[in-house]
Amino acid sequence: MNATTPVKVRNQRPAKSWFTPARIGIYAFLLMSALFFLLPLYVMVVTSLKPMEEIRLGQIFALPSRPTIEAWAIAWSSACTGLECTGIQVGFWNSLKIVVPSAMLSIFIGALNGYALAYWRRPWAGVFFAILLLGAFIPYQVHLYPLVRGLSMLGLFSTLPAIVLVHTIFGMPVMTLLFRNYYASLPEELVKAARIDGGGFWRIFFQLMIPMSTPIIIVAVIMQVTGIWNDFLLGLVFAGRENLPMTVQLNNIINTTTGERLYNVNMAATILTSSVPLFIYLISGRWFVRGIAAGAVKG
Amino acid sequence: MATPPKPPPRRGKRQNWAVNFALLPMAVTVLLCYLGTVLWSIVVSLTSSKTFPNTNFVGLAQYEKLFTTDRWWLSLHNMALFGVIFVIACLALGFFLAVFIDQKVRGEGILRTIFLYPYAMSFVATGLVWQWMLNPGLGLQEAVRQLGFPNFEFDWIISQDKVMYAIALAAVWQSAGLVMALLLAGLRGVDEEIWKAARIDGIPVWRVYMSIVLPMIAPSIATATVLLSLGVIKVFDVVVAMTGGGPGIASEVPAKFIMDYLFNRANIGLASAASVVLLLTVLALLLPWLYAKNRMEKNNNKGH
Repeated sequence: MNATTPVKVRNQRPAKSWFTPARIGIYAFLLMSALFFLLPLYVMVVTSLKPMEEIRLGQIFALPSRPTIEAWAIAWSSACTGLECTGIQVGFWNSLKIVVPSAMLSIFIGALNGYALAYWRRPWAGVFFAILLLGAFIPYQVHLYPLVRGLSMLGLFSTLPAIVLVHTIFGMPVMTLLFRNYYASLPEELVKAARIDGGGFWRIFFQLMIPMSTPIIIVAVIMQVTGIWNDFLLGLVFAGRENLPMTVQLNNIINTTTGERLYNVNMAATILTSSVPLFIYLISGRWFVRGIAAGAVKG
Repeated sequence: MATPPKPPPRRGKRQNWAVNFALLPMAVTVLLCYLGTVLWSIVVSLTSSKTFPNTNFVGLAQYEKLFTTDRWWLSLHNMALFGVIFVIACLALGFFLAVFIDQKVRGEGILRTIFLYPYAMSFVATGLVWQWMLNPGLGLQEAVRQLGFPNFEFDWIISQDKVMYAIALAAVWQSAGLVMALLLAGLRGVDEEIWKAARIDGIPVWRVYMSIVLPMIAPSIATATVLLSLGVIKVFDVVVAMTGGGPGIASEVPAKFIMDYLFNRANIGLASAASVVLLLTVLALLLPWLYAKNRMEKNNNKGH
C-alpha cells in the first residue's frame, strides 16, 4: 500500500429513496454515534465555562447559567502544577520548544534515510532498516532505562536536547518508511538523469528530492507534530523538570491538586492542551487521514 | 510495499562514503537504541539489580519472582481484559461506522470529522475528560439520577471490578475513529463492479458485506487489529490520567507496573524482567502477522 494514495471519495453506491426503514436505521445509528463522540467535547466546553458553584450541583449536561472564562484564565496562567502555580502556559511553551526541533530533526533524518534506502542501495542498510521497523513496535518501556543511563553518561539526561533526541530516535522508523515509500513511488529516471548530469548524493538530495517532497513532508509534519505534542511517557521521563511538556503539566494540574478539585479549570486546561492537535486535525483534513494510513501500514 | 528491484547504481568511492555517512544516524540508532537497549534489558533482567544495575547474575530468579508477584498477575489480567474489550469494541464500532458512512449518507464529511477527532487528542486528555464524566458524584450518574432515576448506577471508575471497563470505554472513544478511517479506505477500494453484479443477482446488501466485502477488506481489518493490540500492550497514559492505577491497584497495567518498579520502587532487575516479558508478547503478536503479510506480498508479486 502506498503512503500517498489518497482516500478516494468515490460514492456510487445504489441511490435509494429516503425514509425506508433501513435509511432511518442508518441515520439513527450514525446520529447516536455522533452524540457519543461529541458528548465529552460538549461536557468539556460547558464545564470550563461554569463557576464552581454551578458544577457542584451535579448537572454535567446543563448549559452554564452565567458563563465565565475565568477558569480559562486560571488554567492558562495561575493553576498549580505541583509546587509552582504558573498555569499550563509553561507547558505550552515547553511543548513548542520540544515539538519544533524534534519534528524538524526527525523529518530530516527520515527523508535522508528514505532517499538513501530508495536509491543508493547498501547491502547492510536493508537489514538495519528491517530491525528499525521491528523496533517501532516494541513498547518504550523496554528501551527506557538503558536510554536514561546512556543519556546520563553523556550528561544530557533531563535536558531539552535529550527529549529532542529521544523523539527523533523513536520517530525514525515511521519517518524513514514514509519517505522511502514516497521516493520509491517516484520515477527512477529522475535520479538516474541527475546522476548522469553529475549530481552527487547530497546535491540530488537537496536540489531535487527535497523540493519534490512537499506532499509527503506535509504528511510527516502532521504526524510528528500531533504525535510529539500528545506524547506523555517520553516527556515525563526524559524532559526534566524544566522542560515538562504540556501533557505532563496537564496531568500534574489535575492529579496532584489538594483540596477541592477545580473541574472548570481542569477542563479548560484539557481543552487548551488538546487545542493544538485538534486545530491541526481540523485544518489538515484528508492529510491527517493520509498520515494515519501511512503510519498504519508500517511494517 | 515491495519495491521492484533496481539495477545497482554506478558507484564512486566518494558517493559510497556519502551514503554511509548519511545512514550513520540510522545505524547508530539501531545498534545502540534498539538492539543495545533490548540486550541491556535482557542482561539486567538476569541480575539482582535493585536501585542501580549490577552484574550479580541470578539466572531466572527475577522472572520467578515476577510471576509470583500478585500485582504483576493482576496487571496481566487487566491488560487481557482491557485488550479483549478494547479491540473487539473498536473493531465493531469502527466497522459499523465505516459501513454506514459508506451508504451515501448526507453530511458524510462532518460525520467523519466527528468520529475521528478524538484520535487527534492525547490519551492523557482523553483519560481526564472521561474521569470527569464518570465521576459518580458530579458526572453522568448524578445527571441521570436528577432526570428522575434515583437508583441509576454508573460508578465503574471507582469500582474495583469494573474500573477496567471504564478505561476501555475512554480508549474506545479515542480509537474507534481510527478503525473507521482505515476500514473506510478499504471499503472505497472495493470494486464498483462487485456491487453492480450483486445488485443484478438480487443479493441483499448485508449478505454482500458479510460474504464478499468483509473478506476483501480482511487485510485492513488485520492491520487495524494489530495496531489496536499493540496499543493495548503500550497502554499507560490513559490509566495514569484516569485512575492513576486505582482504586487501590485495581487498574494496574504492565506498562505502568514497569514504570513504577523502574523509577519509584527501585527494582530495576524485576522491571527489566517484566519489560522482556512484554517484548516477547509483542513479538508473539507481531511475527505471525509479519509472516502472513510477507507471504501474501510474495504471492501477489508472483501473480503479476
